[in-house]
Amino acid sequence: MWFYEKKLQYPVRVSTCNPKLAKYLIEQYGGADGELAAALRYLNQRYTIPDKVVGLLTDIGTEEFAHLEMIATMVYKLTKDATPEQLKEAGLGEHYVNHDSALFYNNAAGTPWTATYIQAKGDPIADLYEDIAAEEKARATYQWIIDMSDDPDLNDGLRFLRQREIVHSQRFREAVEILKEERDRKKFF
Amino acid sequence: MKELPQEYYQLLEEIQAADFVLVELSLYLDTHPNDIEAIQQFNQYAQYSKQLKQMFESKFGALQQFGNSFSDANWSWGTMPWPWQV
Ligand SMILES: [Fe+2]
Repeated sequence: MWFYEKKLQYPVRVSTCNPKLAKYLIEQYGGADGELAAALRYLNQRYTIPDKVVGLLTDIGTEEFAHLEMIATMVYKLTKDATPEQLKEAGLGEHYVNHDSALFYNNAAGTPWTATYIQAKGDPIADLYEDIAAEEKARATYQWIIDMSDDPDLNDGLRFLRQREIVHSQRFREAVEILKEERDRKKFF
Repeated sequence: MKELPQEYYQLLEEIQAADFVLVELSLYLDTHPNDIEAIQQFNQYAQYSKQLKQMFESKFGALQQFGNSFSDANWSWGTMPWPWQV
């Protein structure tokens, strides 16, 4: 079971209304390497992964939902005061006619989220290597968004998220080592 | 929506900082489950976080659902802002 807690994992502030940045940020909401994909990937893999790493997938998967909420908050704050005209100028005209200013799970180019972004092979090493790659891709995406952004308040939150991907990648690498050790031990006894 | 006092943000940030330590320690313990010092630190921060939340909730209403938080006596049910609104 999951519980909701009425707080963000880390404070989110934005300097000004900036729908263009929101359009870029949506990549981490409903994109291939975004937070929704991450959360759903890990929480789904955990049912068949060896016991030793179920806790890690559960905890990181749960944290990804907290990141998803941070991204949503960023997008919401960047667009809540935008006029339809401003949304159109920012390249969000197509979004507006379908969703008004509601959020939707699509990437920066407007392609809707799809389960084909994620995988569950049932092979623990294959699954964990995918997870490591996903974290590295998410880290890179955060960096590219920071490079596109001139909002210092927003960048503070984005840097926090970028650093979390580094920690997640590190923990998944450790999980691989734990499983390899266990496998080698089994060979000898 | 009612204007929130500075104290709301201060207390919230203290909770966020304490809970961040707990998230970090959780992931660390997932791959280092025998680190006794990390377990001690985890329990210490879990206690500290609970205290901070009790204080916050007595002033600003429940943080968690389904009975994990007590409801206050200020009729704040359903009236406090959501995280993206502050
Ligand atoms: Fe992550």
